Amino acid sequence: MSDNLITITVDEQKIKALAGAFLLPVCLENDIYIPNLCFLKGMDDPPASCRLCMVEIAGEDEPVASCRCRISEGMEVKTNSDEILRLRQLAFRLLVSTNDGSCRTCIANHGCELQKIAKFLHQPLRTKRLRHIDRDYPKFINTHPFLIYEPKKCVLCGRCVHVCGQLEKGYKLDFAQRGMDSIVSLFGSDLDPASQDCETCLACTEVCPVGALSSKVKWQSFTAEIEAKAKK
Amino acid sequence: MKSPNSPKEHLMVQAERAQGRVKELKESPIPVIYVGCATCGLAAGALETIAGFETVLKENGIEARIEKVGCLGHCYAEPLVIIQNPGFPPLLYQKIGAGEAGILVRSFLKDGSDPCYEYLIGSLEADENFPTLMDYPRYLYENRVVMEHCGLIDPEDIDSFLAVGGYSSLAQGLEKGGAWVLDEVMAANLRGRGGAGFPAGRKWKIARGIEKSSKLVICNGDEGDPGAYMDRTLLESNPHQVLEGLALAALAVGAERALLYIRAEYPLAVKIMERAIVEAQEKNLLGADIMGSDFSLEVSVFQGSGAFVCGEETALIESLAGNRGMPQPRPPYPAVAGLNGLPTVINNVKTLSTVPSIIRNGHQWFRSIGTEESPGTAIFSVVGEVEYPGLVEVPMGVTLEHLVVDICGGIKDGKELKAVQIGGPSGGCLPASLMDTIIDFDSLKKVGAMMGSGGLVVMNEDTCMVEVARYFTDFTQGESCGKCTFCRIGTRHLREILKSITVGEGRMEELADLEELSQAIIKGSLCSLGKTAPNPVLTTLRFFRDEYVAHIEEKRCPAKMCRPLIAFYIDLEPCARGCDACVACCPTDAIFTTSNRKKAIDQEKCVKCGECVYVCPPEYDAVRRVSPPEMIPDQGVEPLTEKNESE
Repeated sequence: MSDNLITITVDEQKIKALAGAFLLPVCLENDIYIPNLCFLKGMDDPPASCRLCMVEIAGEDEPVASCRCRISEGMEVKTNSDEILRLRQLAFRLLVSTNDGSCRTCIANHGCELQKIAKFLHQPLRTKRLRHIDRDYPKFINTHPFLIYEPKKCVLCGRCVHVCGQLEKGYKLDFAQRGMDSIVSLFGSDLDPASQDCETCLACTEVCPVGALSSKVKWQSFTAEIEAKAKK
Repeated sequence: MKSPNSPKEHLMVQAERAQGRVKELKESPIPVIYVGCATCGLAAGALETIAGFETVLKENGIEARIEKVGCLGHCYAEPLVIIQNPGFPPLLYQKIGAGEAGILVRSFLKDGSDPCYEYLIGSLEADENFPTLMDYPRYLYENRVVMEHCGLIDPEDIDSFLAVGGYSSLAQGLEKGGAWVLDEVMAANLRGRGGAGFPAGRKWKIARGIEKSSKLVICNGDEGDPGAYMDRTLLESNPHQVLEGLALAALAVGAERALLYIRAEYPLAVKIMERAIVEAQEKNLLGADIMGSDFSLEVSVFQGSGAFVCGEETALIESLAGNRGMPQPRPPYPAVAGLNGLPTVINNVKTLSTVPSIIRNGHQWFRSIGTEESPGTAIFSVVGEVEYPGLVEVPMGVTLEHLVVDICGGIKDGKELKAVQIGGPSGGCLPASLMDTIIDFDSLKKVGAMMGSGGLVVMNEDTCMVEVARYFTDFTQGESCGKCTFCRIGTRHLREILKSITVGEGRMEELADLEELSQAIIKGSLCSLGKTAPNPVLTTLRFFRDEYVAHIEEKRCPAKMCRPLIAFYIDLEPCARGCDACVACCPTDAIFTTSNRKKAIDQEKCVKCGECVYVCPPEYDAVRRVSPPEMIPDQGVEPLTEKNESE
């Protein structure tokens, strides 16, 4: 195996890793943080949709999404150039410009990837320069027996769609609509025996980087707690 | 089943029979009436024209044949009719409705005396009694390679294509082999006509080099640019040329399956292509062991369901596989691993339609047309404020000025050319000062536009460039698939900012935001829809910045187009007493009679539809448009009342 190990340089740091691995997880494993939302470890075919993990690679004309870039011997990577920083900050500002920003009452508060990335990029969670875009959806979509979806919080990373598709009985959720109206659509209802599997699985809620998709049970106890606090 | 004959001999039999049939038609003692019946002709009323011909022919007891042909590309003159009357050269007539059809039958076919010069464009052949088409700049300057037979042959009859040498390139390709076809197309440097200009031969070579038992070629007919219809015309007017190109591509790549991806909004193109495939299979020009060779190709049509993004090749493949039409990151390129992981070559309709001519005439011939880096011809759908809109095929390397002014007759109604939007919603807006730009893939890119698929919108002085940018951004953002952040949210912000500027609510600092967002969307987007979407914004900002500034700082629309920033008033001086054309057309009853019996507009009621401008008789021409609205002069108008009437 060791003969497959190659050396790449990331921000002047030499890293040894398996040839052909994706760049993003290699960096993350070596404590070089690159913001990301749509990537999950073990994906064969990362969607490269959030565009937060862009890096500069010597020899490439344009920034590259590191989640899909396979490493090769001698590769030279920059994760923190001014241009990359600006690009990431803008991608982040775009994402939060459609977000409802209700951190204090959000189930993902303190565990939210957006909060983590905001700190890393020194960006506020509410953007002033760009107007807020309110997506025309209700606050909650409550049709599934065990899941609750909050479209205004969703960053459309697709992690939930990916993990659900990996399961044996998979694909109980998928993207619907398009453009700014894109949404994750949950199949299943109280009457549908197929959605009973969801009760014990909940894999989609575990990978959600924000608080957009939650287990109904957890969500109900969380909201009760918040309401109790508010009353005090 | 292999025949002992070579492909050429096989084709010869078919072609001779077809030529005989077509010759019979050409030399028939009864007149033949050809009517342009592509989608555009039908929309202009070609079916009524045919009905008109049929009725009057019957009434007068005249025998004549009516043949449906495709589109000549002369949209301004539809419905187009070619009449082949024995004793006359074939004559092309314009704007023939049912009434004109009757006149033609009675004056020309019945008496044989009057060829109705008033409807005539010209003769298709040189003739001393008639002007010929070559007397018109439109025909003279065009170089029809791909569109050579469009509008002249019956797309639903394979014989009319065989009679003009159809499928001879495929026969030649089959005799010389796929490697030779590939070499010819490589040497010709045929660049993809779908927009990006990637050399078709290079794509083919990549796919050919991959050791896989099964490969696929796809014809991309998912034409979705607003105002562009080149692909539709080619599919509807010369379907077999597309099929021949597709078969040659498959031969060069080593594919045994081919697909035509045509958008469902083109029902006629779908129908014609499906029929053409059946016809070609019956003649053994497609299908198993083509023309007795050992090359087989299975061809079918797939209908796209109306998503602009599916013109992007990775999204097209996703949609073929039954998934959401969302682009995938490249690499892997489709030529390496496309549909179901198979090497998949995707070429535009125009690219494939060009291939047979290259094989027939050789790569040197092809490279003698156009420029060094962009050989061949380009087909544009020229629309907007030009005198003669339509499809135009010109050699690469001519200037925009030549195309718009010399060939398409310049701007209508004596107005000034302001800009052209070239390359559709992904292209750029070029000002009149850049009309000397040469049309080829690289020159257009240098000035911030692109060849795109060939849409060209010509705009005059009455067009607001901010509104144009808003319009195209609105289109692309509506067609964004929603996958990647920059395209999904970034283009929406572009649209919101542009919208606020056109209604007079823009802020100067937002111009910098537009630029910053645009640059980031170009750099950061996943596919070329996003990567090119900001082009209209960037080019209008670059060439027409003063218009943006006027909207923001003065609340003024220089072209007087953006409704919230304009107002209409009636100039009392030229307004005629007694005329009330404007009163009748006003949808909100905003126009009233003044004390001196002229007309005036109640600004509170006016919705700025502009109808009164159009109906005001040209001899008065009294309605004025101003921007900003406060520019309305005080003419001291008073409504007519009983009191001042008696005075």
